[in-house]
Amino acid sequence: METILEKARTAKERKQESRRKFVKALFRRKVVLFGAIGVLAFILIAVLAPLLAPYDPNKTDFFAALQSPSGAHLLGTDDLGRDVLSRIIYGSRVSLAVGVLAVAIACVAGTFLGMCAAYLGGWADAVIMRSCEALMSIPNTVLAMALIAVFGGGLRNLAIILGLSTVPGYVRMMRAEVLKIKGSDFVMAGKLQGSKNLRLMYKHILPNSLSPIIVMMTQQVGQTILVEAGLSFLGVGVSVPTASWGSMVSDGKAYLLTNPVFAITPGICVAILVICLNMFGDGIRDALDPRLRGDI
Amino acid sequence: MGKYLLKRLGQTILVMFLVSILVFLLMSFIPGDPVYAMLGEDITPEEYQVAYEQLGLDKPLITRYAGWLGGVFQGDFGVSYQYHVEVEELIASRVTVTLYLAVLSTVIGYPIGILFGMLTAVYRGKKADSILTFIANLCNCLPQFWIGICLMYFLALKSGLLPSYGFTWPWEDFGMHMKQLIMPLICLSIGSIAGVTRQTRSSMLEVIRQDYVRTARSKGLREKKVILIHVMKNGLIPIITMLGNRLAFMVGGSMFVESVFQIPGMGSLFVKAIGGKDIPVVQACVLLTALVSCLAYIVTDLLYMLVDPRISLVESE
Repeated sequence: METILEKARTAKERKQESRRKFVKALFRRKVVLFGAIGVLAFILIAVLAPLLAPYDPNKTDFFAALQSPSGAHLLGTDDLGRDVLSRIIYGSRVSLAVGVLAVAIACVAGTFLGMCAAYLGGWADAVIMRSCEALMSIPNTVLAMALIAVFGGGLRNLAIILGLSTVPGYVRMMRAEVLKIKGSDFVMAGKLQGSKNLRLMYKHILPNSLSPIIVMMTQQVGQTILVEAGLSFLGVGVSVPTASWGSMVSDGKAYLLTNPVFAITPGICVAILVICLNMFGDGIRDALDPRLRGDI
Repeated sequence: MGKYLLKRLGQTILVMFLVSILVFLLMSFIPGDPVYAMLGEDITPEEYQVAYEQLGLDKPLITRYAGWLGGVFQGDFGVSYQYHVEVEELIASRVTVTLYLAVLSTVIGYPIGILFGMLTAVYRGKKADSILTFIANLCNCLPQFWIGICLMYFLALKSGLLPSYGFTWPWEDFGMHMKQLIMPLICLSIGSIAGVTRQTRSSMLEVIRQDYVRTARSKGLREKKVILIHVMKNGLIPIITMLGNRLAFMVGGSMFVESVFQIPGMGSLFVKAIGGKDIPVVQACVLLTALVSCLAYIVTDLLYMLVDPRISLVESE
């Protein structure tokens, strides 16, 4: 007869086995590996920015303003004489931080509210869903700009605001997901055991609806980074001296003819980062889908 | 059907009511003094007092909200702080430009996107599919404002082929109009082509797997007919949703393009209003956008019902 210890071990092995399968399915396609490496590279650049950047990104030098790319300044300098390459390297911090933080905020808030709406039903459902519809009826760039006008820009506010403006998507998805599994036997069993609502939601319902949330998160990071770049381009993003890719494009716009590198390279960085994130995200989506993984 | 529509309208009114509260509350918390925003910093205390009372700032918030909402129902959104004209006049002159661009880019973008999507779905796994899908994925990741800047550099500044910014109506100067239109339209269409291609591809692939498609093939129907009649009819339904979204997100979507090319539309108006703390204009823009998108969602629902008889909105209630 199997002892409890053995049972635990097999459960652990099974878990490891499924994890191995997931990783194998994830990196089966070269594109996904490529995306993952790209994302990792950007994260490294952001973390190691002080070591990698050849100059202080905010140090102005009017005698060196608007230089074309050269040995001393690989990507030239901007209108205030700041080194463009250093600013691009530091700019990766803003994009990644805002993207990841905003998605984390949206995910936590949206999952919780969606679960409440579906599980509690009644007036809670009505209030949460109508509020979400109100938020969803305003395009998120418009909403974000209005909120920034009121609460001010800056990295922290930007992350919170961009997070808030994408909450309704998570709420709707989570609500649908929970409604689907609410009637399952295991939820009923949990209820019969006398579990409280919160415990039921956290222990039983949440783990079973995780994969669509993870998929949505991975797809949202890139989108959020694009929106952040757009807002910074319009001048309502992070506050002024901080280097951000969007605001660099906007700064460089006036000097397109003399120094096109200044405006065009930050945009390329946004594009590459978002492409890598999307490739990686698509890989995760496919690997989490049992139909595509070949389990079924 | 009638009952559903009524219920839906009721919900929309509720949602719009919430949006109006949100918009009004937000804008009353905007930092800075609205009187200074309207008249500038150098005014006498008397002038300040008059304007202060004119704006109703001495009254409690709820009274101001009621007054504002009452005005909105009569089409009166107040006076713009920056332009010193009625907001509704300002928007009426701007919205046509944005609408014009949105319609044109949709007319260009949708057929191309649908065509590409069908090609990628039909030739799934072949070279054409991988190339087109790759391009679509790529275009989906490019910041719209950056595409605009690149176009401006290569087509206008470097080669001098096109004027780098501005907007002229065709009846003013047709040649100029067409020249100025090219870059903004490319910018606006690239995104929708990419989006529609991806959506069409995935929904067509979903349909191609269905049993009735196999039946159609096995009864000897030609592949062209199978795709055009059986697959396309069902595969294109999700595209309707995208069309609804697109209409709704007109202002948000054109904000960047209008700013880059200095086009006097709703998007650039909104950006400027945010920068200048022009509260009445911001309120009107957000409220109108929300209204358009709510109506677009209702129209989308109804279109769904018309196109797909399996979807019965009455039963689902």
